[in-house]
Amino acid sequence: MNILELKGVSMIYGAVRALDDVSISVKEGEWAAIMGPSGSGKTTMMNIIGCMDRPTSGSVFLDGEELSSLSPSQLTGIRRDKIGLIFQQFHLISYLTALENVMVAQYYHSMIDEKEALSALERVGLQDRAKHLPRQLSGGEQQRVCIARALINYPRLILADEPTGNLDETNEGIVIDIFRRLHGEGSTIIVVTHDPEVAEEAERTIYLEHGRVANVVKR
Amino acid sequence: MRRKSRMTVALFAVAIGATVLLGMTAISYDIPRQMGREFRSYGANMVLVPSSGARLEISDAMRAARLIPPASLVGLTPYRYEMVRVNMQGYTAAGTNFDEAAKTSPYWSVTGHYPKDPLDVMIGSDIAEFTKLPLGAAMSLSGRTEEGNRFARDVRISGIVRTGSAEDGFIFMKLETLEEMTGSSGVAELVEVSVTMNEAELTSLAARMREEAPSVSPNLVKRVTQSEATVLTKLQSLVFLVSSVVLVLTMICVGTTMMTVVMERRKEIGLKKALGAGNDSISAEFLAEGLILGAAGGILGAFFGYMFAQAVSMNVFGRAVSINWYLPFISVLVSILVTMAACMLPVRRAADVEPAIVLRGE
Repeated sequence: MNILELKGVSMIYGAVRALDDVSISVKEGEWAAIMGPSGSGKTTMMNIIGCMDRPTSGSVFLDGEELSSLSPSQLTGIRRDKIGLIFQQFHLISYLTALENVMVAQYYHSMIDEKEALSALERVGLQDRAKHLPRQLSGGEQQRVCIARALINYPRLILADEPTGNLDETNEGIVIDIFRRLHGEGSTIIVVTHDPEVAEEAERTIYLEHGRVANVVKR
Repeated sequence: MRRKSRMTVALFAVAIGATVLLGMTAISYDIPRQMGREFRSYGANMVLVPSSGARLEISDAMRAARLIPPASLVGLTPYRYEMVRVNMQGYTAAGTNFDEAAKTSPYWSVTGHYPKDPLDVMIGSDIAEFTKLPLGAAMSLSGRTEEGNRFARDVRISGIVRTGSAEDGFIFMKLETLEEMTGSSGVAELVEVSVTMNEAELTSLAARMREEAPSVSPNLVKRVTQSEATVLTKLQSLVFLVSSVVLVLTMICVGTTMMTVVMERRKEIGLKKALGAGNDSISAEFLAEGLILGAAGGILGAFFGYMFAQAVSMNVFGRAVSINWYLPFISVLVSILVTMAACMLPVRRAADVEPAIVLRGE
């Protein structure tokens, strides 16, 4: 069953066609990678899949729901309930501890639960760093807090934007291991990346070029 | 750290705004009370005259005067006028109560002293110049009693008064002395009243006096009451203007600070929205900050405003200011409202932040 489906999606900014009649689908439990050079439309696609923008034309279905006609506040609700976001720059709130950063996502979703937040940190191996502030954590650890935050509300789709872009090799390995485990547990993952090693881990890689799907490689 | 110092600046701005607001409002509320006594140096602000006939029964005037709250009554002076002669020259003799006259006409400049003995008189400066009579000199007064009989008395000049008005041509003496000379008592041409009340209160008092003693016609001394009202209105307008300017400046300071905070926290706002925070939640967070800022600044300002009002009142009027119990609450409420109003634009900016800015470090 497809959890995500883009049908003839175009995004036009003035004279620029950032996405041009793109149609792709992602199955539940699949690990897909999106690759492409700068300006190929990856970020635009991320914004649309992540419910942060609406396409100029075409349809987007997430978990069976059509998104392109929803209002910004309805999209916020979908994003909150169904999507776990992982960022290249982690985006942790600097004055909150690792645990509190995870709890922020709980706060906006439903209600905070410290035990559950702590177990999410445990899943990424950071239970001992729960009370540390972001500046007291390494880049890899910060990314793991970001992953714990993305997982805390049991999203239907994990959307990762260059998750290893700011990490060294060791930490890249740790993050990829976590993704493997999540995939093994049945999570649907979409990773936007420049890194072929990360893309190779996915079951399918979608190559974008000039706003169009240039190639799809299955493994 | 930078955010803390920004919020401290905003807090101080609100506190200063509230200080000025409470201080100025407290003073402006208290000005009529404080200035009331000062204004009384202008002289009487009400004159009781007979509603018909030439003379007033002093007992009627006293009955009307009982309507004046004792705390507001500064002085109440009866004046009885009679024609007298000194060396064939005609003058007006005024019989009065000098203890009260000193209160209703504090601006009188007296050389020597007010009459103490029954045969002491105080002459106006015009008479002193005309007759060249010095202090302590004796003069012979003559006139006619109520029944038409002639009287004559030798009196002594105990004082010379300069009033700056027609009264400089009068011979003042104790009311009892004039009553004894003329052989009739208990009447006066007019009674001057000095009351610490504003024009509206005086008008209402006059109406009640008319009802209580219909033979008495209370008249407001317009030049006094109106100039008091003008001074008070101008002072209160000034206070209103200064407070408004300070509140607008407070709003600008808080608004720009909050706007800077919003700009600095764009990423954080974007992140929260990306995590599912709605515009309502983001707006509520900033408004809550505004609420705390307004309340804290307002409470600080209420405290410092009270001290400010006390300091001003002690220095200017030499008396402590009395602050209505509800003024600090209103001041805190206004601080909160002004801060919240100042936060409206930054809050809208915060709600406009796109969650997509967290992607790709945009």
